[in-house]
Amino acid sequence: MSLSREQTARLAELARLSLDDHELARIAHDLTEIIDYMEKLAGIDRADVRPMTHVSGTVNVYREDRAKPSLSQEEALANAPDRQGEFFRVPRIIEAGEGSEA
Amino acid sequence: MTERGDYEVVVGIEVHAELATESKVFCGCKTDFGARPNSQTCPVCLGMPGALPVLNRRALEYTIRAGLALNCSIARWTKFDRKNYFYPDLAKGYQISQYDIPIAHDGYIDIEVDGQPKRIRVRRVHLEEETAKLVHAGDDIISSNQSLLDFNRSGIGLIEIVSDADMRSADEARAYLTKLRSILVALGVSDCKMEEGSMRCEANVSVMPKGSKEYGTLAELKNIASFRAVHRAIQYESARQIELVRAGGRVSRETRHWDDARGETAFMRSKEQAADYRYFPEPDLMPLEIAPGWVEEIRSGLPELPDARAARYVGQFGLPTSDAAQIAESRELASFFDSVCDALAKAGQAQAADGPREAAKWLVGDVSAALNAGGIELSQSKLAPELLAELIGLVGSGKISGKIAKSVFEEVFARGVRPGDVVRERGLVQISDAGELAAIVKRVIEANPGPVADYFAGKERAIGFLVGQIMKETRGRANPQETNRILKEELAKRS
Repeated sequence: MSLSREQTARLAELARLSLDDHELARIAHDLTEIIDYMEKLAGIDRADVRPMTHVSGTVNVYREDRAKPSLSQEEALANAPDRQGEFFRVPRIIEAGEGSEA
Repeated sequence: MTERGDYEVVVGIEVHAELATESKVFCGCKTDFGARPNSQTCPVCLGMPGALPVLNRRALEYTIRAGLALNCSIARWTKFDRKNYFYPDLAKGYQISQYDIPIAHDGYIDIEVDGQPKRIRVRRVHLEEETAKLVHAGDDIISSNQSLLDFNRSGIGLIEIVSDADMRSADEARAYLTKLRSILVALGVSDCKMEEGSMRCEANVSVMPKGSKEYGTLAELKNIASFRAVHRAIQYESARQIELVRAGGRVSRETRHWDDARGETAFMRSKEQAADYRYFPEPDLMPLEIAPGWVEEIRSGLPELPDARAARYVGQFGLPTSDAAQIAESRELASFFDSVCDALAKAGQAQAADGPREAAKWLVGDVSAALNAGGIELSQSKLAPELLAELIGLVGSGKISGKIAKSVFEEVFARGVRPGDVVRERGLVQISDAGELAAIVKRVIEANPGPVADYFAGKERAIGFLVGQIMKETRGRANPQETNRILKEELAKRS
């Protein structure tokens, strides 16, 4: 299967990458190779195989629900490119009325 | 607004509730509401490169608890996934969420609308992290050039509860949300305060011809900030869609923004513009194997839920069904009611028999009204269970009349004083002594020959005037039953 130019451009857009024609063509080529490689797995009998999501085999890693000290406001805001008082400041959201996805 | 006519409204609801854990879901920062902006953050919840999340065990336990209370099955094996998108409230560029294997799935909530019971299926309950809070710098989102971010909210545990499209009206949607909230609050997993944003909801609304088996195209409604808004938004949107379809148009799959001030929904984005989240398993968090033994332990520790509690109130105390449901639905009212009943039982068996029903009447009546008028919660008021129990006792023993009790209540509610003290200070003890009452009755009869004549002329209502005069003379303290009896006796003597 080969990845089209449009699909590659869409992926770049989702990842907020700005790519020129040359880069788009190269990445489409590379991604196609990766997908082709993955598709070889499709030929294998996987009926009894659960998808592998993690490699370490470890499960159930928890912490107890206890609060720990946080950073100070100044520390938290120290690396902010822009701030206003106690807040981080970011450029205006373009889509009016849009809320978080969460 | 158009009539629904031959159309059926189909509603599915998605609820997000913040978990009431002490620390965030993947780091140790506090979850206190109202703290100074950006004072409860760390590298994990600020999304710093290299910072690693570790799951809060209680957040998982709370999700399982919610799942069980919503009659769900709990996954034996599950994992977290990354939901990738860019928005300023999400510093990492992805939200840790769950995709194909939610912690809990396939449950239900039973609701009742207009006496009609109905089961609403709950498709899934999953655990994810909250995003940061966006505050708009200008007067509103349109005029501001910049937005401000508070990361205190970022990383608080959040459960998402998704219903099936089983609701058929705005009323059913509201009943579902009310019941869901009362369950989550009773469980203690979330405080579910819509006004503080710790509970939020989105509604998927579509319409179809009555009897059709195929759902229409749905619109997703966002920015719904209260139960009242849910009801209004669904009514508005379903009417809009019916009107559109009647006029030969087609509903398009889109997300719409509820504008509460205007009372309408507005186009936000279409399906084509919808995000593609490219979910994949979260490599920084290990998968979860949830032991059935742990699930059973959590199940056996579930508190009494609102439905069971309401049934107990009806069975044990003979409360009217609607009072029982109203009290059981609110954790605060219910625990207050239980304390009043305990206090009544301690005070003596004689009053305890009728006491709980009286307590319920007070709670859904005068107490709720006083709380609404003051805009406060029961826990913020000066009314204590022992005070209400004492007041009920004073009426039950005939020491004060029900009418006087209402005025005593006002003072108890406002000042937190003991009802017995108010009665003593203001000399409100009911006059039940037959001799004392008879003297007053005779005085009133002699002072009002006109109304007495009216009474003998067959105007039954004149007796009301005479009772009123007796009450005036005794400042409401005359025992009403005794007064009526003696008044009729005295009048009979004169006929």
